[in-house]
Amino acid sequence: MAVPVFAPWDDPTQKPLIQFKGVTKRFGDFTAIDNQTLDIYTREFFALLGPSGCGKTTMMRMLAGFEQPTEGQILIGGKDMKGVPPNEREVNMMFQSYALFPHLSVWENIAFGLRRMNQSKDVLEARVEEMLRLTRLTKFAKRKPHQISGGQRQRVALARSLARAPKLLLLDEPLGALDKKLREETQFELMDIQEKTGTTFVIVTHDQEEAMTVASRIAVMDEGRVIQVATPSNIYEAPNSVYVADFIGDVNIIEGAAKRAGDGYDITWAEGVAPLHTRKEEGELIAIPDGGKAYLAIRPEKVAIHTEKPQGMTNAVQGRIIDVAYLGNLSTYHVRLANGTMVRAQTANTRRLALRPFTWEDEVWLSWTDTAAILLAE
Amino acid sequence: MRRLSWFNVTSLTLGFAFLYLPMVILVIYSFNASKLVTVWAGFSTKWYGELLQNQAFLDAAWVTLKVGVAASTLATVLGTMAALVLVRAGRFPGRTLFSGMIYAPLVMPEVITGLSLLLLFISLGVDRGVFTIILAHTTFAMCYVSVVVSSRLVTFDQSLEEAALDLGCSPFSAFRLVTLPIIAPAVISGWLLAFTLSLDDLVIASFTAGPSATTLPIKIFSAVRLGVSPEINALCTIMISIVAVGVIGTSLATKRAAQRQKRDEQAAARAAG
Repeated sequence: MAVPVFAPWDDPTQKPLIQFKGVTKRFGDFTAIDNQTLDIYTREFFALLGPSGCGKTTMMRMLAGFEQPTEGQILIGGKDMKGVPPNEREVNMMFQSYALFPHLSVWENIAFGLRRMNQSKDVLEARVEEMLRLTRLTKFAKRKPHQISGGQRQRVALARSLARAPKLLLLDEPLGALDKKLREETQFELMDIQEKTGTTFVIVTHDQEEAMTVASRIAVMDEGRVIQVATPSNIYEAPNSVYVADFIGDVNIIEGAAKRAGDGYDITWAEGVAPLHTRKEEGELIAIPDGGKAYLAIRPEKVAIHTEKPQGMTNAVQGRIIDVAYLGNLSTYHVRLANGTMVRAQTANTRRLALRPFTWEDEVWLSWTDTAAILLAE
Repeated sequence: MRRLSWFNVTSLTLGFAFLYLPMVILVIYSFNASKLVTVWAGFSTKWYGELLQNQAFLDAAWVTLKVGVAASTLATVLGTMAALVLVRAGRFPGRTLFSGMIYAPLVMPEVITGLSLLLLFISLGVDRGVFTIILAHTTFAMCYVSVVVSSRLVTFDQSLEEAALDLGCSPFSAFRLVTLPIIAPAVISGWLLAFTLSLDDLVIASFTAGPSATTLPIKIFSAVRLGVSPEINALCTIMISIVAVGVIGTSLATKRAAQRQKRDEQAAARAAG
């Protein structure tokens, strides 16, 4: 049975839950967010990804109501949020520091938001118990925040922010304080909880792996602007700029001059060697004038490594292995080409160590298919 | 740990003698049977009994207590509010001036504070009495409270208050339900400090007290001018013991709480690891 693909952003009949309309936020002379327009849909797990200081936290704080946009509009569920204070928004936030109330028990922390809703005692208690079960904290209900571990505190913070069943949950670097292993487990837990509750999640993170794992769509940000919004696989396979390609995962960038050739472009990248060719399997490549500057972005795992010149490959370049990074399951070969460009090639270590044919200082050939590289103009 | 050398021992002894010898002598002489303060005539507690018969002293003690509680409570409310604004509010015109001005009364000679308040009350035509002492004590104790509370607020994680707002609190209930309980220890010590200051203030009180209201320090001071009586020694001994019990009790409670917190955190870390 085919599962229908969750892609409301491709469906013109869907109304977005959150709309940023030309939002600008300035702090004094500093522009944190620059004329931003962005739609986020119901039930999405949306990631705002970028280095620190790129404005992702400001976007989130504007959604929560802690900051007001200097210009533009933010709509949640079609309603303009201008002047609506945080306590009157159907939005809850999980803070980076967790911000658990140290003087209240785990149970009271979770009940805190519910107590502001004028519910009956039974409803409130049932909801707290439900949240405790969802986050597997029932055993710790009576403890104070300083009596539980970091991972448990993270779950209390999540339970507390979910208790009011908000339309939108904001997560500010929710896993930043956890160690790697716990972080990975928690990512899957978060996705699970997001699916179970059907809440729209917006997560802020600087960790690209985390964003790739959890998000339905990612907005890559830099200096107050969203550079690209796309699904994790599109961000990885079809970045729209060198910045995005470089920010997400490992990438080799080869710079050259483009020239229209057949169904694609030839890229002249060095003197005295054949140009590289690139085309797209379907759709059109971006338009670059003849002789214009172009960049080829090639992921290391799409570069094959050979001892002899591969036959019938247009894109084959020769170089010398400078470094080998052995990661257990993978090895990355750092190869210097004749003109000094470094290219990384990654191979899966399907054979035992002694049987692999490449090592330091070997002369090797690297190749990739015509469709492996992404052509970028900037 | 380093052993105590003869030098350390001597310094310690001299230091403590300097601080506490006068009080020790006072306490000892409060149990003197003789009416002459400087002549030891055997142990007796009769002066404590006489003290309880002395209506003037009891009245003064009652006034002092009323003034202390009222002034320190008012000072705590106002001082906490001032601290909140000075720590929280970002830049506003005159911010530096305001924060400087809140500290000024700390270094202002009390004579000047007292005199200026006296002039103010006279020019406003306010009858001097308990009410004016309360106002005067509130004025000078408030800045101590705001110093104590603001030093706590500086380290207060503001995302706690944001979390409360986010969970549906109005700004006032966020303060009442989250900020206040967390900074309560600082607010309480601010109150205690204000109370102590009000309790032993002589200078400002004598400027602002009228004939109808005499505080204990004023009463003691005027009694001593007629000669030190063993009754005064007894009174002072009682005051010393109240203060000592208060200080020791508070520090023990603080230490206990800190130890418990540490133990809990270690237990949580062990359970996680």
